[in-house]
Amino acid sequence: MAKAKMPTERKPLITLRGVTKAFPHTVANDHIDLDIYSGEIHALLGENGAGKSTLVKILFGFYHADAGEIHLDGKPVTIKSPRDALALHIGMVFQDLNLIPAFSIAENIALFLPHLQAVLNPGEINAKITEVSRLYGLDVDPGAIVSQLSIGVQQKVELLKLLLSDAQVLILDEPTRVLAPHEVKALFDILDNLRKKGYAVILITHKLKEVLECADRITVLRGGRVSGSLLRAAATEKKLVEMMFDKHLSGLKVGAVAKAPEFAQPVLELRNVETRAEGAGVSLKAIDLKIYPGQIIGVAGVSGNGQKELCDVVLGMERSIRGAKLLYGKDATNLSVQNVRRSGVSFVPENPLAMASVPFMTTLENSVLTNTWRYARHNGFSIDWAAARSDMEKTAKRLGFSVSPYAFARSLSGGNLQRMVILRELTHDPRLIIASYLTRGLDVQTTIAVRQALLQARNDGAGVLLISEDLDELFTLSDRLIVLYAGRIVGDFAPSETDVYQVGLLMTGSKIDHGN
Amino acid sequence: MAINTRSFPRLAAFTPLLNGVVRYLLMILLALLLFALILLFSGQDPIQSYGDIFAATLGSSYGFSEVLVAMIPILITALAVALPSRVGLINVGGEGQLYIGAAFATWGALTFQQLPAWALLPLMVLLGMLGGALWAFVPAYLKAIGLVNETITTLLLNSVAPKLVGFLIFGFWHSAMDTVKTDNFVDAAKLPTFFGTRVHLGLVFALILLLAFWAFMKYTRWGLEMRAIGGNAQAARRNGIPVKRYLIAAMCLGGAIAGLAGMAQISGFYGVLLLNFSIGLGFMGFLICWLAGGDPLGILLMSFTVAVITTGGNMLQLTRDLPYAAINILLALTLFVVLAKPSFFERKKP
Amino acid sequence: MSLLPILGVLSSAIFSGTSLLYTTLGEVIHERSGIVNLGLEGVLLVGASSGFAVTVITGSPILGVLVAMLAGVLMNMVLGYLVIQRKANQLASGLALMFFGFGLSAIIGKPYVGSRIEGLPRLPLPGLDGLPRLYSSLFSFDILIYLVIPVSILVCWLLFRTRWGLGLRAVGENADAAFASGRNPRLFRYQALFLGGLLAGLGAAHLAIAYTMNWTEYMTAGRGFIAVALVIFSRWHPLRAIVGALLFSGAVAFQLLLQSSGAQVSPFLLDTLPYILTLLVLIAWGGNRKQSAPASLGRVYHGSE
Repeated sequence: MAKAKMPTERKPLITLRGVTKAFPHTVANDHIDLDIYSGEIHALLGENGAGKSTLVKILFGFYHADAGEIHLDGKPVTIKSPRDALALHIGMVFQDLNLIPAFSIAENIALFLPHLQAVLNPGEINAKITEVSRLYGLDVDPGAIVSQLSIGVQQKVELLKLLLSDAQVLILDEPTRVLAPHEVKALFDILDNLRKKGYAVILITHKLKEVLECADRITVLRGGRVSGSLLRAAATEKKLVEMMFDKHLSGLKVGAVAKAPEFAQPVLELRNVETRAEGAGVSLKAIDLKIYPGQIIGVAGVSGNGQKELCDVVLGMERSIRGAKLLYGKDATNLSVQNVRRSGVSFVPENPLAMASVPFMTTLENSVLTNTWRYARHNGFSIDWAAARSDMEKTAKRLGFSVSPYAFARSLSGGNLQRMVILRELTHDPRLIIASYLTRGLDVQTTIAVRQALLQARNDGAGVLLISEDLDELFTLSDRLIVLYAGRIVGDFAPSETDVYQVGLLMTGSKIDHGN
Repeated sequence: MAINTRSFPRLAAFTPLLNGVVRYLLMILLALLLFALILLFSGQDPIQSYGDIFAATLGSSYGFSEVLVAMIPILITALAVALPSRVGLINVGGEGQLYIGAAFATWGALTFQQLPAWALLPLMVLLGMLGGALWAFVPAYLKAIGLVNETITTLLLNSVAPKLVGFLIFGFWHSAMDTVKTDNFVDAAKLPTFFGTRVHLGLVFALILLLAFWAFMKYTRWGLEMRAIGGNAQAARRNGIPVKRYLIAAMCLGGAIAGLAGMAQISGFYGVLLLNFSIGLGFMGFLICWLAGGDPLGILLMSFTVAVITTGGNMLQLTRDLPYAAINILLALTLFVVLAKPSFFERKKP
Repeated sequence: MSLLPILGVLSSAIFSGTSLLYTTLGEVIHERSGIVNLGLEGVLLVGASSGFAVTVITGSPILGVLVAMLAGVLMNMVLGYLVIQRKANQLASGLALMFFGFGLSAIIGKPYVGSRIEGLPRLPLPGLDGLPRLYSSLFSFDILIYLVIPVSILVCWLLFRTRWGLGLRAVGENADAAFASGRNPRLFRYQALFLGGLLAGLGAAHLAIAYTMNWTEYMTAGRGFIAVALVIFSRWHPLRAIVGALLFSGAVAFQLLLQSSGAQVSPFLLDTLPYILTLLVLIAWGGNRKQSAPASLGRVYHGSE
């Protein structure tokens, strides 16, 4: 193993040049250059969708790049499959862990042992695991079945798997996302140890505090491109926040912020709501929230910090294990989705294709789905498509954009799909609108139109829960702003009381320790 | 068993009709060629054999009527698979549901012999559908509460149902002459036949069901909601559609349809309940539905094709000295070709 | 009641259970790799008919067994081509294979209906020399019967104690994870179908060449489906499959015994017991992940982008 030298005099172990990868509708990586050094922890920082995961999956051979080169020790290499990557001593821990739940720890690790004998020798495998786990303080019971382990332990198993597979380059995709604070601390101690032993570690995260705590070198991605790369010594929180979040205001100042009439009955009230996470999800903890008619509550946070769970609880998809939910002053804790919807709740989900639309149905059919009772005629034996179409057209006219009613949902681009969902959800004068990433994938013009429509609905007396990663949008539209981190509300401001920098810090967990 | 629960791919849904038909004809032609090779190997003249099949099926009015007779049960069992498939359920249990439906209907036929046909036949239809629905309720419920996958349960219950029917026949219902079947039904318990052929009222049931299925899916609120569940269950739930209730209802309705097929087969075709009267009618329905992508017109075409092949098998047995089962090879080859979706038949993407 | 009928029943249970167990072991292997073969019935029929035909022609039961195994492999490869290469639906492909087997076996076997063969040679159990001939002939078994338990243990060893088995099970649990560990999921599935075909062929051979020693159309009478149920019953484990096969054929034997003693229990109801038991086992273990089916059973492996 190479002895750690001063970073400046060393050549990079791996260089990526011009790596490009496009998926339908998005360019995930756009000419990315990256240098990885051994004996260093290299943090890849960026919002969700910035292209971090795609990049490392290309390095691991799980995806194939459309263009670009990878050099290892100065020599060009082609990595066509994980098999090639493993042979080049590159290993990766996937974001949503890739262990086989039905297997024991030993079996999961054995899958990746480079010189596994044709006939397994459990004693020998266990001895190897114990040896390495002692060395790095990763104590596990090799015989335990993975499905019965906590996420923290599974993370350890993933690391052990890499170490035992002879990997010299360790890619960790958001390893801390699902860990408790003390587990994060333990992980960083291990990584520190590994760095000293000469391993190259690539750490993906969007938590600033962690980056500043453990990384040697930081590269920030934004929108599929490298927005900057710097050494730890040169990095400050402020600098990183600026690199991560687009500071360019897109000139979308819309309407004046109305004063919320806080004397009225809230449309939605959550009292001390708590949920239990399944699998790798996030649990909500002690959520107190009130939305009044004519008020937009903005929810800032890096996605995966409880936004989806918050929406699901309000909508009735998920039951809380503690606390109460009230709609328009009436208890709605155990109301079915059907009845929540019917009471006037609209929902624009984070992923319109998976969560809101049926691919093999037309736009018009999709637009009726939330309202079948409204358009049913002859006791349900027919549907009044003319009425549905005229409603859709009216809304389209009001909002200033439209979608072809007879196009199939699956043939629509992401932006058009979003338009379709927004049209549907803003059609029947909703009393409460839950909007997740409302303007994701929309062009500037439509974005303005959608924001104006939302403000209009607000001015007409609807309450809005607006979830976004786009701080600019939140600051422009919200009457109040809350910050969600690890399932808790860690900040609650009027937008005028705070700024992007403060919210950015809260989102990335930097201030969490001062708070508690 | 974690079977992929996506609904059937709608192969023909967006292709222009003609294009789809041509594709299927080409595939069937390929299957015919393959079967001709097998006939050659077993010492038969394929051209003469195919001539026999044609003469026995499409070549004469009697042959054609026999094709229709063979089509009745498989068309109905295909619909019994198609309906649940629209909410993403895989009902492999048509065979069992058919047997239980037949048993329920038989109970009606034996118990209420004195009733006139206009009362007895509707009663038997209802009983048959009730039996099938009950048999389907078990897997539907176990699936809806998230306990066991419906594919496994329907498959297991398939093996139970014929034995249960055997128990009923052997233990209670068998005729004095023969322990493997009941007494012949009274005339009032037999579905009327047409024009002196063996084509019975079941054909009307089948066609009405097909039409109703198509209209139900296309026009009604419930059809729309079911298609939404099959297309994207998660989105359907978030859009406020009561998914669990639909799962149970669709499965039971599918079972009821299969039960009707059983009733039609014993009341219209046999006029008596026989031990093991169906070897694979329910499975055949599954295959037909799968190959047709759950599309009503496709189901009609596929079940007609399959009926032609199986009816032709009878003739091969008589004239070519081949075992009746040999025709299953032609059937299977047709299925293989369609399943493998050979690339030279694939439509170019627009 | 005399001892003889009881022993006779036991002996026949061992005979009928053997072919069932071989078949089940084969299905266990490819279900562990993620492929469910509903066409097992057809595979068995083709194996039995071709094995029997070859035995009649050559007079060599050993050759018959080998041909039956080959036939099993070829049938499984048809399934493999459809579900692995062409990514077709496994249930539909399996059922189509079943119908193919119905037809093909009928053609292959037709000339040999009613033919007589010299079955696999029988070797008496050692240590029974003192018994009367009537008894010792009941416990004279062919080599396939003696081998079935060792083969079960071998399959168990293969699945759980070798590198290949580890990879195979990984493919069945999560093909992407197996791919990430540098393995080729498609290759593993073909290999599993190959082995499964060999074992199904053995099961078919034992049925036709050692047990019934004749060929009749559709002689398997649902054994393929029983094997599929047995795999679930034994929760995808080769050793539990031994218990399952014993229980299944024991139920059949028990029923024969009851009949011979004049007891009035419907054989039809007894026949349903295995399936009802399997269903109950499923319900009992339903919520338990550790006891459930291989996680990607029935799924198409699409590969990565």
